[in-house]
Amino acid sequence: MTSENPTQSTATTRVKRGLADMLKGGVIMDVVTPAQARIAEDAGAVAVMALERVPADIRAQGGVARMSDPDLIDAIRAEVSIPVMAKARIGHFVEAQVLGALEVDFIDESEVLSPADYVNHINKWDFDVPFVCGATNLGEALRRITEGAAMIRSKGEAGTGDVSEATKHIRTIKSQIRALSALNEDELYVAAKDLQAPFDLVVEVARTGTLPVVLFTAGGVATPADAAMMMQLGADGVFVGSGIFKSGNPEARAAAVVKATAAFNDPAVIAQASRGLGEAMVGINVADLPAPHRLAERGW
Amino acid sequence: MSSSARIGVLALQGGVSEHIEALTRVGAEVVAVRTPEHLHGLDGIVLPGGESSVLDKLLRMFELRDPLTALLRGGLPAYGTCAGLILLADTVLDLAPGQQGLGGLPVTVRRNAFGSQAHSFETELAFAGIDHPVRATFIRAPLITEVGEGTDVLARLADGGVVATRYRNLLGTSFHPELTGDDSVHEYFVEMVRAAQNG
Repeated sequence: MTSENPTQSTATTRVKRGLADMLKGGVIMDVVTPAQARIAEDAGAVAVMALERVPADIRAQGGVARMSDPDLIDAIRAEVSIPVMAKARIGHFVEAQVLGALEVDFIDESEVLSPADYVNHINKWDFDVPFVCGATNLGEALRRITEGAAMIRSKGEAGTGDVSEATKHIRTIKSQIRALSALNEDELYVAAKDLQAPFDLVVEVARTGTLPVVLFTAGGVATPADAAMMMQLGADGVFVGSGIFKSGNPEARAAAVVKATAAFNDPAVIAQASRGLGEAMVGINVADLPAPHRLAERGW
Repeated sequence: MSSSARIGVLALQGGVSEHIEALTRVGAEVVAVRTPEHLHGLDGIVLPGGESSVLDKLLRMFELRDPLTALLRGGLPAYGTCAGLILLADTVLDLAPGQQGLGGLPVTVRRNAFGSQAHSFETELAFAGIDHPVRATFIRAPLITEVGEGTDVLARLADGGVVATRYRNLLGTSFHPELTGDDSVHEYFVEMVRAAQNG
């Protein structure tokens, strides 16, 4: 409808980053069926990620992981009124075109799927739909923003239920931002070189003390306390992948993670949200994963 | 000399910091509202954008729904943007299962009226009571489809769709002025709050 009116501009940077702004303080949940999407919306998810397999199953089953079947994405979109995200492989711009044609609300160019290009990420400026990308450090985050990402999530290690990598990545990004803010202007040239990021963007981050886009955390969050810790470390919100639907009581756990994320500074509320949730996902210690199976190392 | 306006921003989820910054720029004293205690002593409140179904659940979870509704019924000035407008509307079409608003603004609102994110847009709008076009960002925005008696229409899209209304103490916009750096709608709301203080 907007194309009829030249004074209305769609797909601007402000419009793309604006949707991410509206997700702040919220929990985005991986779902593989419309029934799971219903549970997620009822529990208070701000958005769902429509997938064929959660990362824990991708990890267990192995093989090449790709974009989901459009029928599955459509079925999940039909079930809920909250935004629906879907994943494309790193560098797979045609999967992204397909997701754009399906009108998903956000595309995740994700290391959880098998990369399609080991050199280039997707040129995200080419798309009307906003993108979220993973990052393990500030330089990686700024390179993704340079390519057009409208939202960043720290990567963590998806499908493990081990929050230690999520902690490492959000701490690294936040502490590198703080370090930039302490530099004087002369020193920012070398900082940009070291970060392998464009100088202007580095200056902007140094001046504002924050990324120009929303920063969520992902990869290993399994409990209300995990989610609240990510928020206290400075995340704007959390993605929970396998942690909810690989647990004993997804309905209760999903609602509890939402509550703890909103009240992340209130230990009494987090304590109450942590009660009686049944079994958490069993999980894998990241230290036990051989390096080739670590998803966070995909993307650069 | 007008007294300082103490304005709360519901800080459970969504675009909270943008409203806090805009209100601070226009000279209000701002309180982030997360618990019922934070509602004490407010001269006005902003209900931000976010996911309306989530805000509704969190309002109940944190026991804010009843005290906030009572304050609104008692005349506390409130400004809802996007999801906040949905919370204030008396009638909402396409609600999530179990979702309930706070009500009070006699309008009918349709959630996600423009479709998916690819149809989100920004534009400039004439706004009654503001002397220049207002920069407005619509993110998976609601549209006001019916306006009750006594409710003023403050802004429309080029096709006539109603996107800003006011009824007594309640102001609602489909769009997000807080994302644009244009603080004029926040100034308008602070004036509403000051008029209520002096009235």
